[in-house]
Amino acid sequence: MRVEATGVSVTIDGTTILDDVSFTAADGRVTGLIGPNGSGKSTLLRCFYRIIRPQQGTVHIGEHDVWRVPARRAGQLRAVVAQDQELDNEYAVRDIVAMGRIPHQRLLERESTADRAIVDEALARARIEWAEARRFVTLSGGERQRVLLARALAQNAPVLLLDEPTNHLDIGAQLELLELIRELGLTTVAALHDLDHAMSYCDAVVLLHHGRVVAADDPVTVLTPQRLADVFGVRGATTTHPLTGRPHLVFAAPPSERELSR
Amino acid sequence: MPSTRRTDRTHPEAARAHLVPDSAVPLLIVLLTVAVVLAAAVAIAVGTVPVPLGDVVAVTWAHLTPGETERSLLYDQIVWDFRAPRVLLAGVAGAGLSVAGVCLQALVRNPLADPYLLGISGGASIGAALALSFVPAAIAGLGVSGAAFLGAVVSVALVVGLAQRAGRVAPGRLILAGVAVAYLGSAVTSYIQLQANPGELRGILFWVLGSVAAASWPDLAAPTVALVVCLLWLLVDGRRLNALTMGETSAAGLGIDVNRLRLGLLAVASLLTATIVSVAGGIGFVGLLVPHAVRLLVGPDHRRVIPVSLLLGAVFLILVDLLSRTLDRPNEMPIGIFTAVLGAPFFLWLLRSQSGAVR
Repeated sequence: MRVEATGVSVTIDGTTILDDVSFTAADGRVTGLIGPNGSGKSTLLRCFYRIIRPQQGTVHIGEHDVWRVPARRAGQLRAVVAQDQELDNEYAVRDIVAMGRIPHQRLLERESTADRAIVDEALARARIEWAEARRFVTLSGGERQRVLLARALAQNAPVLLLDEPTNHLDIGAQLELLELIRELGLTTVAALHDLDHAMSYCDAVVLLHHGRVVAADDPVTVLTPQRLADVFGVRGATTTHPLTGRPHLVFAAPPSERELSR
Repeated sequence: MPSTRRTDRTHPEAARAHLVPDSAVPLLIVLLTVAVVLAAAVAIAVGTVPVPLGDVVAVTWAHLTPGETERSLLYDQIVWDFRAPRVLLAGVAGAGLSVAGVCLQALVRNPLADPYLLGISGGASIGAALALSFVPAAIAGLGVSGAAFLGAVVSVALVVGLAQRAGRVAPGRLILAGVAVAYLGSAVTSYIQLQANPGELRGILFWVLGSVAAASWPDLAAPTVALVVCLLWLLVDGRRLNALTMGETSAAGLGIDVNRLRLGLLAVASLLTATIVSVAGGIGFVGLLVPHAVRLLVGPDHRRVIPVSLLLGAVFLILVDLLSRTLDRPNEMPIGIFTAVLGAPFFLWLLRSQSGAVR
């Protein structure tokens, strides 16, 4: 299912966070939202979560306007791996993954055999089934993200939305999670902080700056040295990764005044 | 990565932290239900004039079934007119305050949240203190309960109004607005107390600390109806409460209208607390302690926490009320003193035994 924002503008307390943002994420592809801190990546995702309602414009999943369908229906259309998980909760891993069935259950309906099978499968796909009886608080950061990914998979939604999924993870856990997300084959929109991750794992990227879309295309086309300088204030170049042979970004700080005067 | 291939169900942390296994929860609910009935029967039997348990049952049976039966008029009056409404009000208040505490702790995700978070007791005590002291004539039509209820409603409206931001309930602002209104309420109540004469002062102090001593059958109506209505809604929505405790974004991602759920929880907690406070005063600590104790017992799932909190809160307050009127006979102590004196050590013991089981 396609993910689409059309002319989205968001103003909070007089500050414009998003200004006429439009993008389309193609069906079955991984699309990265990139940009410096404060460029509006998270706010754009929060419009799809139904937490921030755009003052102008619409957000669609497939042909459904996210803000015009019932909340529960939205939970069947897209699953969310967010940044704000409450970490001191006492839930067991399986209980958290089973919450993914909420948008499919009627009031008072109990967990069915089918629900349990879906939860089992989600745990396995996120490779966290070994921890199903553990308490969430006892897991490492990478393991927790896989639990939240499993909960999202249990929602059986065609679209997966992620907000900086690799935040605070060590490098091994980061790469493992990104590989896993790619393997799932879902329509995925992820806000990513690490531009090289965007280069390696995204089919397309949307570059945001000051709440506007600067460019949207495949990563190699978008992440030119000129844009890296204009938007991020760094020198950057694309090389070939010595281990994978794929395009790889390298960065350097802008030249200092002493270097310039030399 | 090899580290993620472990199959460690026997890991020391693998066991759930709560004390009662999931499979034993239905049994716990049955036992607590029996405990509520037994505690109520004993509390009705014990007093300045003891009534044999057999007569308690006989009088209750006579009132609940049609037709005239032979019974002692003295026992009938003690059981049905004095003790039964009082014991039932203690039970309903304990249950309602505990459930309100569960709702507010889920709403603001703060362990210190209790039913008085919304400034309800502050507003209610201004109303009650005014009615009990120098302006009884002005609000004579309302009575103490009516004045307290009015004060509670005004303070909730104020707090919820202040906590809105761009049409959404912001939990952080809710806590701050509630604390501010509570302080304002206690300041005004203190001033009224200073101006009151000694007789009125005792009345106000008793009210502020909470008491079910003066309970009559009509007092029970509003809190009981509120409890039943709120419970029906909560039992249907326990799963959504679970999702909300994982965070706003998680809940929204799971297809829950977070703002509507928060407003619903605010309505439930306010309705329960305001109806109870207006007839029983500011009974403290129950709404803070019982939800925590229950989570230590049965874990965080609200589908278990809500019914167990309801029953445990009822048993606890019935027994505390019994103690408050038997320890220093024939004098009565405000119930709020005992909820803390008895509750705090029990709670600390639970906390210790839980950390022992985990670490």
